[in-house]
Amino acid sequence: MNRIEAKFKEVKKKKRVALIPFITVGDPNLETTEALVPEMERRGADIVELGVPFSDPIADGPTIQEADIRSLKHRTSLKDALDLVKELRKKTEIPLVLMTYYNLLYNYGIERFVTQAKGNGVDGVIAADLPVEEASELKRYARRSNLDTIFLASPTSPPQRLKLIAKESKGFIYYVSLTGVTGVRKKLAEGLVFSLKRLKRLTEKPIAVGFGISKPEHIRKIKRYADGAVVGSAIISVIGKNLKSKDLVQKVGDFVQRLAQAC
Amino acid sequence: MLPNRRGYFGEFGGRFVPETLMNALEELEQAYSSAKRDGRFQKELKYYLSQYAGRPTPLYFAQKLTKKLGGARIYLKREDLCHTGAHKINNTLGQGLLTKRMGKKRVIAETGAGQHGVATAVAAALLGLECEVYMGTEDIKRQSLNVFRMKLLGSKVIPVKSGFRTLKDAINEALRDWVTNIRITHYLLGSTVGPHPYPVMVRDFQSIIGKETKEQILKQEGRLPDYLVACVGGGSNSLGLFHPFYRDKRVKFIGVEAAGRGIKTGKHSSPLLAGSIGVLHGSKSYLLQDRDGQIKETHSIAPGLDYPGVGPEHSFYKRTGRAKYVPITDKEALKAFLLLAQTEGITPALESAHALAYVAKLAPKLSKNRVIIINLSGRGDKDVHIVAQALGVKL
Repeated sequence: MNRIEAKFKEVKKKKRVALIPFITVGDPNLETTEALVPEMERRGADIVELGVPFSDPIADGPTIQEADIRSLKHRTSLKDALDLVKELRKKTEIPLVLMTYYNLLYNYGIERFVTQAKGNGVDGVIAADLPVEEASELKRYARRSNLDTIFLASPTSPPQRLKLIAKESKGFIYYVSLTGVTGVRKKLAEGLVFSLKRLKRLTEKPIAVGFGISKPEHIRKIKRYADGAVVGSAIISVIGKNLKSKDLVQKVGDFVQRLAQAC
Repeated sequence: MLPNRRGYFGEFGGRFVPETLMNALEELEQAYSSAKRDGRFQKELKYYLSQYAGRPTPLYFAQKLTKKLGGARIYLKREDLCHTGAHKINNTLGQGLLTKRMGKKRVIAETGAGQHGVATAVAAALLGLECEVYMGTEDIKRQSLNVFRMKLLGSKVIPVKSGFRTLKDAINEALRDWVTNIRITHYLLGSTVGPHPYPVMVRDFQSIIGKETKEQILKQEGRLPDYLVACVGGGSNSLGLFHPFYRDKRVKFIGVEAAGRGIKTGKHSSPLLAGSIGVLHGSKSYLLQDRDGQIKETHSIAPGLDYPGVGPEHSFYKRTGRAKYVPITDKEALKAFLLLAQTEGITPALESAHALAYVAKLAPKLSKNRVIIINLSGRGDKDVHIVAQALGVKL
């Protein structure tokens, strides 16, 4: 059993929903990311998504775009993210998922990426612009190394696509809660609970909900219908507001703790 | 036939987009394929192309230019004479009619030079569609005339301040809008880039250029041309001219990329000549990226060419050797702009001036019985300010 699978089993046993914070690697610098992961784990995070910044993040709203810009100012690369995971694995066993855009993986070389990712302790990978149809190369190497390939499902995916996505996703299925880009929203999308129920009927695999999930109240509303909640922009806003503060790590921890209490 | 069913031209193309867009792309592919076979749709498009856009455009024998360069016979395909002043209208009328057919009421578009933005605004006004155009603030500055034209036509121009504030960033923002408003919106993409079916659909709508050219040159010269020359940004005007000649192996294709301040300076827009394979805006193709896979900043005096990627069909032409690609710098393009203005009384768009500049080098080396056709894809009124600035003239 890999770390992601074990974690979802553990969370399920506790009748909780897994808290999956997303932060951008190197925002504002690599040392901070390295400190944030164990801090978030200590405060109740179950899995951490590490965003690898790309110059043209078309699925992301302004908050994550800004995080990418802050990180790319010092040229954070996919290699940096892989090295960071290697360091993190000296201190933590929390499941780690890399989320990025396909060009970075393609440019690095898919086989080389998968081998190093697995070797360094990455558990899963998500490429925001890689639908299942285009993922054959990534899947081929990932299956061989037992690296989970996580695909996105969205409110616009018709049933036959949902089935395909459920079949091809390993680790969990990432359900995009709304039609839109990442970012903090006041309210959950209409029809979300209905969509989650529909997806649940199609698959036994864990479902994590993301995009727009920004506060404890949102998590409470979906926890009966999903297995995980991904919170990105809301956490990155805390980073963005505390760039000059020496309490940045603690403040992010405080917020993660509030989210964890709702899980 | 290319592309294959998954939108690949050899190894290039495909559909690399967020899941939210996948179903809409499949719907678009189906709608386009049924429209293509529907005589009524084709008839309506043909009507608008001829009665509204002014097709067919002339294939003009540039006698003065031919004499001045002293070599091959040079013809200009006068897309600059289309309504709105560029070839872009061929595609916007096609996709505009398709939008109505799909029952969508809103279109969005990206624009660099403003030509595609204006052509979209025009089609939207004509067909009663709501229209919003994304444009980088850098381009808004250099193409203010077109910005105002779009507004006059009832469209909204949305300034894009992210990234390098040019065409690439306008496409990013248009894609983000599309992901958000997918159910009511059609993304009227202006070039042969993006996810399948855009590269093939835009190429088909633009192929009217090459089809007319073929008929016209057979009538005027009694034979096919030796060279077709066109500028390549994303690829819509060049593929529109080239594609109908694809099987005529003796017709040479020359795509002219913007070399900006020179390829060696790094300030250029030449992915085919100086890039590597990657994935941007939905398809796999050549692009300008750094060692880490981040997209590089580009430069060209011609905003319509100022883009780090290129259509997948061009990457395929490069790989298979069907087309040859050559660089033309800002300076050479400017010189060609003046050359055509002063020999023929035609001011070309700076984009098209790149194609002219290459012909100015090529024609003198060829014998007088050779025939070159240049796609004069747009007119230069929009560029008068840029040209004045480059010449140090204050207007």
